[in-house]
Amino acid sequence: MQNSGIDVIFQGKNFQRLFEGLFITAEIAFISIIIGSVLGIIIGLSRTTESKAVLFINRVYLEAFRIIPTLVWLFIFYFGVTTALNISLSGEIVSIIVFSLWGGAEMGDIVRGALQSLPKHQIESGKALGLNYFKLYRYVLIPQAIRRMIPGTINLATRMIKTTSLVVLIGVIDVVKIGQQIIESSRFELPTASFWVYGFIFFLYFIICYPLSKISKSLETKWNN
Amino acid sequence: MDKNNNPVLLQIQDVHKEFDNKKILNGINLSLHTGEVLVVLGPSGCGKSTLLRCLNGLEKIQGGDIKFKDTSFNAKNTNWQEIHEKIGMVFQNYELFPHMTVIENILLGPLKVQKRNKAEALTQAEQLLEKVGLLDRKDSYPRQLSGGQKQRIAIVRALCMNPEIILFDEVTASLDPEMVREVLDVILGLAKNGMTMVIVTHEMGFARSVADRIIFMDGGKICEESEPNEFFTNPKTERAKHFLNIFQY
Repeated sequence: MQNSGIDVIFQGKNFQRLFEGLFITAEIAFISIIIGSVLGIIIGLSRTTESKAVLFINRVYLEAFRIIPTLVWLFIFYFGVTTALNISLSGEIVSIIVFSLWGGAEMGDIVRGALQSLPKHQIESGKALGLNYFKLYRYVLIPQAIRRMIPGTINLATRMIKTTSLVVLIGVIDVVKIGQQIIESSRFELPTASFWVYGFIFFLYFIICYPLSKISKSLETKWNN
Repeated sequence: MDKNNNPVLLQIQDVHKEFDNKKILNGINLSLHTGEVLVVLGPSGCGKSTLLRCLNGLEKIQGGDIKFKDTSFNAKNTNWQEIHEKIGMVFQNYELFPHMTVIENILLGPLKVQKRNKAEALTQAEQLLEKVGLLDRKDSYPRQLSGGQKQRIAIVRALCMNPEIILFDEVTASLDPEMVREVLDVILGLAKNGMTMVIVTHEMGFARSVADRIIFMDGGKICEESEPNEFFTNPKTERAKHFLNIFQY
């Protein structure tokens, strides 16, 4: 199979390098998803209060991350915040910070939505049994809210994984960047390299995201029965 | 059988409550004696459900006072958890927790609030389930039960806290007619065993047979307070007569 571009993936250390890139992508995404989820739960719970100040701050925070593109946030932190505070942060750390804050904002909205969608009588019924605020959330509200949060959370997680492809713009060598390097270095011998390399990267993203969708589906089916 | 000589369990003095400047309760005075069954009747919007919700602190009162034994609801250090434990409530929409099985629903309060021994609480829960004929459903989820079954479970859940008073807020209002009976029979059984209860209902026949005293409310006030037979055969006020006529065809 002369000149079959697919060989490019297995040439030299290409295969290993692509997986190293994938590891960086996955690392940023999963650390951010975990930090973002914890942050989001705290934010979501805080948004069920009646304190106007807390609600206002949360509103600004959420809208800021919804309105301003993630790429701009990466630049703000990588170039702006580091200069302003005179600190040096690696691109990876900045990516984790930005993605965690983004995840926290969106997750907070998912948690709030799930909690507020629960019927009000559930709260009253719990109170009438003598459950205090903490126990009410721990045993009655959060277990029910989690079921309603699954679809939104999985959707957010896959969006975060996909959006990590932006981190290359602040100098992080992720799977997409390594793919570009491989294509660059082999563009003369293998003109079809870009097809195979990007095709392979598509496959790599697919194998991270697809199981999440699967888990989501099976949890939903399980809890609906 | 005069229960008026029994000790007063709940003393309600001049209770006021309003929502959005609309007076819902306008000076309610009432005392509930140990072992007494009080049925509250009245047209919808008369404040009877609100009154019930004030009695266990789900709604805060805005004027007057409610005393459970010696605990005032107005005191700064009112132990609401204790009030909720001692004054149980069953709601119209049988609010069981959908993510828990029947037995988990029943044991949540006894184990997590009262910190009781699991084996002991379980024994009591199973006895109560047996009494209402639902022991075989203890591992079912609420969605697998009929409305009447859910409501009987809700009563067991309230009973398993060993309350001194149980409040029933239109517990049969959402039920299909053929399921009303099974729920009312459970309540009637409790009355025979001397449970202190306040019942809001629209089931007139049931009210008549279960009540020691009927309270008729209208416009946020108690209009009439009498023995059930007297109330149903010879109501004192025009409004009560009018109300009772609605139920006759």
